[in-house]
This record gives sequence, structure tokens and C-alpha cells, in this order.
Amino acid sequence: MAGPNRMPGGRGRMPAGMPGKGAKDAKKTFKRLLSYLFRFKVQFALVLVCIVFSSVAGVIGSVFLETLIDDYITPMLRENNTDFSGLIRALSTMALVYLIGMISTWLHNFLMVGISQGVQKRVRDEMFTHMQKLPLRYFDTHTHGELMSRYTNDTDTLRQMVSQSIPQVFSSAITIVSVLTAMIVTSIPMTLFVLLTVAVMMFVAGTIGGKSAKYFAKQQKSIGDVNGYIEEMIEGQKVIKVFCHEEKAKNDFDKLNDELCTNATQANKFANILMPIMGNLGHLQYALIAIFGGFLAVNGISGLELGGIVAFLQLSKTFNMPVTQIAQQVNAVVMALAGAERIFDLLDEEPEPDEGYVTLVNAEYREGELTEADHRTGLWAWKHPHGDGTITYTPMQGDVRFFDVDFGYVEEKIVLHNISLYAEPGQKVAFVGATGAGKTTITNLINRFYDIADGKIRYDDININKIKKSDLRRSLGVVLQDVNLFTGTVMDNIRYGRLDATDEECIAAAKLANAHGFIEMLPDGYQTVLEGDGSGLSQGQRQLISIARAAVADPPVMILDEATSSIDTRTEALVQKGMDGLMKGRTVFVIAHRLSTVQNSDVIMVLDHGHIIEKGSHDELIAQRGNYYRLYTGAFELE
Amino acid sequence: MLKRLLQSVRQYKKDSILAPLIVSGEVVLEVFMPWIMGKIIDHGINVGDMGYVTKMGIVLVICCVLSLACGALAGKYAASGSAGFARNLRQDMFYNVQNFSFFNIDKFSTASIVTRLTTDVTNLQNAYQMIIRTAVRSPFMLISSIVMAFTINAKAALVFLLAVPVLAIGLGLIITHAHPIFIRVFKTYDKLNRVVQENLYGIRVVKSFVREDYEEQKFKEVSRKIHDDFCKAERLLAFNGPLMQLCSYGCMLLISWVGARMIVLSGGTEMTTGDLTSLFTYVMQILMSLMMLSMILVMITMSKASAERIVEILEEAPTITNPEAPVTEVPDGSVEFSGVEFSYSDKSGKPCLRDVNLKIASGQTIGIIGGTGSAKSTLVQMIPRLYDVTKGEVRVGGRNVREYDLEVLRDSVAMVLQKNVLFSGTIKENLRWGNPDATDEELIHACELAQADGFIREFPDGYDTHIEQGGRNVSGGQKQRLCIARALLKKPKILILDDSTSAVDTRTDALIRKAFREEIPDTTKFIIAQRISSVEDADQIIVMNDGCVDAVGTHDTLLKTNEIYREVYTSQMKGGDEDGRS
Repeated sequence: MAGPNRMPGGRGRMPAGMPGKGAKDAKKTFKRLLSYLFRFKVQFALVLVCIVFSSVAGVIGSVFLETLIDDYITPMLRENNTDFSGLIRALSTMALVYLIGMISTWLHNFLMVGISQGVQKRVRDEMFTHMQKLPLRYFDTHTHGELMSRYTNDTDTLRQMVSQSIPQVFSSAITIVSVLTAMIVTSIPMTLFVLLTVAVMMFVAGTIGGKSAKYFAKQQKSIGDVNGYIEEMIEGQKVIKVFCHEEKAKNDFDKLNDELCTNATQANKFANILMPIMGNLGHLQYALIAIFGGFLAVNGISGLELGGIVAFLQLSKTFNMPVTQIAQQVNAVVMALAGAERIFDLLDEEPEPDEGYVTLVNAEYREGELTEADHRTGLWAWKHPHGDGTITYTPMQGDVRFFDVDFGYVEEKIVLHNISLYAEPGQKVAFVGATGAGKTTITNLINRFYDIADGKIRYDDININKIKKSDLRRSLGVVLQDVNLFTGTVMDNIRYGRLDATDEECIAAAKLANAHGFIEMLPDGYQTVLEGDGSGLSQGQRQLISIARAAVADPPVMILDEATSSIDTRTEALVQKGMDGLMKGRTVFVIAHRLSTVQNSDVIMVLDHGHIIEKGSHDELIAQRGNYYRLYTGAFELE
Repeated sequence: MLKRLLQSVRQYKKDSILAPLIVSGEVVLEVFMPWIMGKIIDHGINVGDMGYVTKMGIVLVICCVLSLACGALAGKYAASGSAGFARNLRQDMFYNVQNFSFFNIDKFSTASIVTRLTTDVTNLQNAYQMIIRTAVRSPFMLISSIVMAFTINAKAALVFLLAVPVLAIGLGLIITHAHPIFIRVFKTYDKLNRVVQENLYGIRVVKSFVREDYEEQKFKEVSRKIHDDFCKAERLLAFNGPLMQLCSYGCMLLISWVGARMIVLSGGTEMTTGDLTSLFTYVMQILMSLMMLSMILVMITMSKASAERIVEILEEAPTITNPEAPVTEVPDGSVEFSGVEFSYSDKSGKPCLRDVNLKIASGQTIGIIGGTGSAKSTLVQMIPRLYDVTKGEVRVGGRNVREYDLEVLRDSVAMVLQKNVLFSGTIKENLRWGNPDATDEELIHACELAQADGFIREFPDGYDTHIEQGGRNVSGGQKQRLCIARALLKKPKILILDDSTSAVDTRTDALIRKAFREEIPDTTKFIIAQRISSVEDADQIIVMNDGCVDAVGTHDTLLKTNEIYREVYTSQMKGGDEDGRS
């Protein structure tokens, strides 16, 4: 049934596994895959037993006709015997065999569903869990399409291999062995003849299969090209309209589309003709066996009897099927192993290291001493366990210092040089500079999205490497340059900042971010479901929601990375006022293009090509008449 | 729906008809061959007549070759027919999308158009191939096999009549129970993909808020649901094989019994052992075709959703079309709005633009300013007729925009969109969008005006520098200036910049405006901006507020008379005059 084989829906833009592209170390991958299967040891063993039963039942069934004719009908006909009791007994035996076969088939199918789905789910879940732990570097170096296809195409081919290929190869092998035995027992020359024809059939299947695989790879590439073109054009559809570029777009599209059509035709052609060819070669084989066998029998060579030929004809039919099946499965297995390897590659990726042990806790002063509190107090402390078993609490203040920090996303290319900076508790620190100057990079180092190459970073005088990553990040509220919202209601999206926030707290945060007004205007207010990254909202509105999301988290330290770039200046001023109120006495890092956004900061750092070139308050920097001054007067380009 | 889809078959009609026709030939032969095989056993091997065996063997070989040829040809035609059908579908959809107006484009999201053009078409292609290959084959096979079976021995063949309803009812039950679960599973699958995708896009958010566990929970819940549903559906399907076996084995046993009795009792006259062998083969063929038929049924229901989504695009009528007897020349760059009202949707509600009356002389520079959502962009999009007004009239060069040929109008009105896009290709290729015949000198001149020439020359490959998809390898400010140059190459009568210099620093911004003033004085220029400095020297400044024109005037008059303008002005001037970006 077509059901389970359909590609799972969704975007469908992921590059599919290329057919014919094998795994690097197939044996190792296969072994590892088996380890997943062995979690279902009992079931799997049962399945194998069932396969043996059903294959044997099938083989017995296929020789039954011959037995029926040779042992019952022909003798009865010859002797004119009308006593059917023997026949009834034989038929009853057969019925029993068939019944066992049927039950085995059902049990096999039934158990296999649990195993294959279980394996797939496990692989999927392990992949996702592991992916969550990977460092950002990994996501930088892999495209989304590439990662997505592991969840869709690769796990699916894997499941198919587990549920279909492995059992089928196993049952085919059993069938082949038992049929082969039956053939050898009947006649050795005939067996050799059959093997010869089968070899020819295998060769044909291999050749056509190879051709088909080649064109499927080509088709895959064409699909990629067409999809890429479609995506780019549809993305820029409005520009096409504005420039009346429709005809040109159509022409270019036609070229790619025609190429895809040609390759798809070829690929499917070879796939389509494989079955008729195999089927008819089977018929051809039948004719040849009849002639060859007849020749042997008539000439009395090798003692072959007429009944033997009939048996052979029947056996060869039974033989062809599993052979064809194995031939077909080979490609599927190769593809699945390649997919499995991609999955295991992901699972083998080194997770983000976290050797930190200092944790962030709610704190309160009891009898003048800072102690851990079990509720939100608005006061935080670093819980610092020592080697001798004692625990000290340091108040969380938001004091961040960089000492001679060097950093590069790739080792060869250092993008931050010798950065030293300090943010004192309660200060608002701004970073200003051209695109690529390293502003966002600095904040990425504070929350340890990336680790520094040289120097040290201290947070409340604790080396940030000692702080548990999750606690470090929990202490930093971040509003990022690119807003990402999740499918769900507006309320859910705001609550993402703090999962236990009440509706009232979320609404208060939205008000603070000046988002309340437009949210109320949405069709279902806070319960409006956002889809596709909040595509129905304007960029400015999405930014306001992401600010509300950070505000509800109520973090001790906040990083605002171009958080208000798409908001008009009047609204920005309102948002800023709200945020200033919330973050009073807490440390805030601000990155902005717009100088009016950063003017009221305590310290402004001007960055250029990974160096801090100026630092000071707005007034100080203006007085210096340096780069900031030139930026400010518009004589210097910010990009 | 079907009719609309079939219109896309066109030149592949021949292939689509030949494939099932040739398949019928294959079926006839396939049905015929077991009969010959029976004969070989009966009259050849069993009686030791080698001559007969050879003779019939050769007939069988001929049949094989013919059947092989038919099968291969049918396979080929099915492949070309279905691939061609898919090609035409994609083409028809893409062409129609090209005719879409902005309104049509807004209605579908980009992702949804792309999915329809890709995944949905592939689904339909597979279904189409399956249908032209097997929709004729299976019923034909079924009927011929039954006919053959009855020809051989009507009495024994009656057994089929018992098996067919059992199989049909069994399969029917399985499918009707499993199908809704599958539909549900595919929806859940979409959800799973979405969770992963959103997680990938928002990985920084996830990590910043330390929501890894939360995301994991979300994922595992969906994952478990898929697992459970799939298990449920597939366990139903697990009855398929045994059901098939029940019928085929049952038939075989019954036929064996009935056949054996008949052969023995009649002394081999009513029926022969060869007949029996053939009957067995037909049992299998009949049951197989029933199975195939049920699969086709499933396939069709599954591709129905894709077909519907495709037809939606095909049948979407462009809301803006060329007028009959269009005017093919725009006389000048004057623009007039009279009583214009506009809403994006037909649904009642406050229109986005209300009561707009403006008169702009050719060659003027117009600044437009207003808060987020005040309909600045909407206003200017009426001029090149990207949207049609709901009420009132927009006139360009003294004529209603609806009277112009669309291409002529849009060539005369160049617009630099807020959300602008560069396409993969060289800088030159991108610029030539504005004018395919532009000489290199013209390209450079346009770039000089847009203050882009300088940075382009700094690229190692200069004007031949390759731009990546979406213009990822140039900075925001550079991209904006390239887009302006591209628009200038049209030599338009009206130029509209929709917040197109927001990432350009104020000095360069001023240089661009200066170049406009000096080099293209006759072009009417509309400049939408967030920062006052971009518009303060305009001939007229339009202040937009909540879909209405709040005021029109020069910088000095507005400062005196307009509250909003003054407020924007002071919010930007607080502590200084300039912004890096606004």
C-alpha cells in the first residue's frame, strides 16, 4: 500500500538522498544500525522465526501443485481411483501449512511495525536531543535544508530499510536456499541452467538499475535547480512585477523546467521498464526450461523425468521472485545506509562542552547573609561550590569584564583583537560600529555561544568558563537582530521568555515593550496564532514581541542587539523608556546602528575591524572629535 | 478540478493515451501466456511431444518479446507522459504567478507557492504515472483473467466469485480505517518538520533562553504522536498480506479440490492438469489486480490534496489586467490622487488609505513621512498600479493609471521597494534588469548617481562581481544603492524610493539626493523616509498618519503647523541632528 512510503509532507525542499551514493563505511554503519534493532531483541527474533515459517510455507505451497498432480491426480487418473480420502488428507495438511504461513505473515508484519517505528522514533528523538546540545558553530556550517532532510528523508529511508529491506532480504535468502535445495535434488544440470538464466536476469537488472540510478541523481539535481530558481523568483516576485521582468523569468524558468522534464523522463523510463523486463525474462526462462528440460527428458539425459520438468518450471518461478527482490533491495539498502551515516554523523558531533559548576540561584538576605531562596526574589546569586564541600554565594551584579580577548569564528581568521572592556553593574553599555566590526560577536562571547581563543572574560569576577552554561544564559536576556518567533499564540511567544509567567505578567511585558496596542488589534488579541515565523506581522511588530519576550524573562542582564532597528523613532523612544524602567540598576548591553538609540548610554564603545577604537560617554566622545564624532555628523559611513 | 488539471496535458496527450493502450497489449499477452504454459505441460511435456514443446515454446518466446516490447514502450510513454504533465503543470503555475498582481501575491505566502510548485507537483506526477500505467492495466487484467479462467473451466472458476468479495470487503475495511489515520499522520509530520525548522532558525533564541528541554519536550510529543498513529495505521495494514494469502491460498485449496475431483471423475476429459496449472496462475493475477486497484484508490485520495492546492494557483485570476486599447505613452511625471480610498481585503473594516487628495507637478521632489503602519508604502504603490484603488482615482500624466498599458506605466514609474531583492548573478546582470540594452557607460552613470560606483570598483571583480541569492554578500547600504541604480536605469518619469536609503549614512544619502536634483531634474521623485534629514529639502512633504494625509507642506511650514512632524523632528534632534541610520 502506498501509505507509509509517501514522503512525509512539509516543505519538500530538502535535497533528497542521492541514489547510488554509498556510505563511506557501510559495515560499521550497518552494525550500529543493528544495535538499534537489538533493542527489540525478542520481537526481532520472533520476526525472524515468522519469516522462516512463512517462507517455508510459501515454498511448500509452490511445490504443492506438483505434488497434487504427481502424487494424487495422475495416479488416481491412471488407476481410475475415486477414493478422495488421501487427497482430503493432503489438502487438510496444506490448509494447516497455509494457516501457519498466514499467522506468521501477520505476526511478522505486526511486530515489524512496532520495531521499525520504534527505531525511527528513537533515532529521531536522539537526533533532536543531541542537536539541542550542539554548539552554534555546527549550525553555522550546516544548511537548514541539509539538517532537515535528516529528519525527513534519511529517517524515512532508514525505517523502510528496517521494515522492508532487511526482512525481505532475509526471507528472500531463505526462499532461495530452500528452492535451490529442491532444485538440486531434482536435477543438477537443470539447476545449473536455471542459475545461468538467473545470472543473465541479474545482470540486466543491475545494468538498468544503474542507468536508472544515474538519471535519478541527475533528476535530483534538476529538481534542486528548479526549486532554487522558483524560490528565488517567488521571493522576488514583487521586484519582477515592478521591473516588468515576467517574460524573462518565464524564459529562464522554461529552460530549467525542460531540463528537469528530460531527466525525469529518463529516470522514470528506466525504473518503469525494469519490472516488465524482469517479468518477461521470467517467462522467457520458462519457455527455455521447458524446451531444455524436454530435450533432456526425451533424450533420457541425466535421468530427468517429465514430472521433474513440471516441478522445475514451478520452482524457477518461485526462484525468480526473491532474486528480483534482492536485486531491487540492494539500491534501497545502499541509499538507506548513506542516510544512516548522515544521521550517525550528527549523533557523533561533539556537543557543546559545559564544564561549568557555578550556578545561578534566587537569593535573599537573611540576617545580613546572602542565602539561597526557593522563590523569585528579584535578587540573584552565584552559587559557587568549592572542592572542600563548602558553598559560597556571590551576589549577581552584572559586572562583565573582558581582558585581552581574541576571537575568530574560524581559527585562521581572528575577528576580535585584544578586546578589553568592562561593564559595571547597572551600566548601559553600547557598541557602535560598521557591519562586521564585531559588535554582535562580543555579545556572542558573553553568553558563550562561542568560546574565546585567547584572554579571559569575567562575570562578577567569576571566570565565565566556570559558570554552568544554562545558568549563564539564563542570567542574560537577549533580543537578537533577527527576530525568530514560533508557531503558537502571541501569548505563547511572549511566555517563551519565562514559562511560568502568568497571563498578566505577559501582558505587562507587552505593555512595557509597547506591543500591547497592536496585539489588541489582532483578530484574536493575545490568542492570535502566529504562523511561519509571524509572517503576518511587520518587522517592527515582530521586534516588539521579541522585546516583550525578553522583558517577561526579567533577566539580571540584558543584551539588545539591534532590537529596535525596524521601529520608528517615536515608538522606539517609548520602548526605551519602558526598558530603562525595567532594567534600572541592572546591566544592559546595546548594539545599534542608529546613534539616537545609544546616546543615553553610560559607555559607548566604537568598534572597527575587531578593535575598540574609542570608548567613553556620548559627551566625552563628541568632545574627542574622533570617529564617533564623524559618525555622528554623518561624515563616516556605517554599514 | 480534474478538467483544469487535464488542460495541462497538452502535447503529452499522445504519450498519456499510448501508455495505457500499449499496456493493454501487454496485459493480453500476459494473460495469454499462462494458457500457453498450460498447453506446454499438457500436450508437450506430459505426453513427451518435444516437437509440440518446441513449437509452443517458440510461440511463448515470441509472446515474451512482444510483451517485453509493450511493457518497455508503455513504461517509456508513461514516464514521458507524466514527466511532461508535471512540466506543463509547473509551467502553467509559474506563468500564472507571473501574471499575479501584488494582491494575488499577498494572498499566498511565498513558502506556500513554492511548495505547490515543487512537492505538490511531484506528488501529482507520481499519481499520474501510476494512473496511466495501472488504471487501465488492473481492471483489464482482472477482466481478462476472469474471462480466461472461465474459458478454461467455468465450474472451477466459480471459486473466484467467492474470493473476490472477501478480498474486496477486507481491503475496503482496511483502507477506510487506515486512510484517515494516514491523513492525520501526514499533518502531524508537517508539524514535526515545522518544529525542527523553527528550532533551526531560532536556535540562538532557544539557546539564549535555555529552552532546549522545552523544545525537546515539544518535539518528543509530536514524535510520539507520529509513532503511535503510524503504528495504529500500519498494524491495520499488517492484515493486508494475510488477507491476500487467505484468499489466494483458499482459492488454491478449493480449486485443487474441485479441479482434482473434476479431472479424476471425468477421467481427464472435463479438465486437464494443465488447465489446473493455468487456473492457479489466473488466481494470482486476479488477486494481484484487485490489490493494485485498491492501491490506485489510495494513491488518488492521497494526491487529491495536492491537486486541490495546484488548481488553486492555476485558477487564481490576476486582479490587475491590461485595459482594452491601452494608452502606450506616459506624457509626463505629474501625479494626482483624487478621493482615493484603499483596503487590502474586501472584508469590511477601516480602509488602509482614506480620502487622499494630492496634486503633484512633474519634476517635483516629494518627501513622505509617518509612523510604522501609517500607509506610506501603500500610498505610493498606487502610482505604478501595483494595487488598484478601492475608491477614487490615481492619475499619472493626467490620465487614470487604469488606462495605461501596464508595462508602459511601470517602465515610466520606477519603484525601489522597501523589501528589495537582488538576484543571483553579476552586478551588471542585476543592473540590466532596469534596462536590458543599457551600455556599460549607462550602467556606470546610473551607479554614480546612486553613489554605488565607488564601492563597486573596490570589489575585486568590479561590475562583474557575483551577487549571491538575495544579495547576501553585499551590505544593506550597498544593496540599497544597487537597487536605486537599477531603478534609475529605466530612465523613469517618476522615481519612488520606499525607505530605500535607511541603511545608507546621511552624507551619502545627501549626495544621492543632490545627484537626483542635478542630473534628473525632470523626474518626479517620491522619497519615503524615517529620518527628517532625508526629506527636509523636498518641494513638498506629505505627513501620513493612520492612513490619512495629515498635512502637506514644506519643512518650514510643517515645523510650524504640524504636530506630528514636529514630534518626529524633535525625537530625532534630541541631542543632535544626525543618525547613523534611522
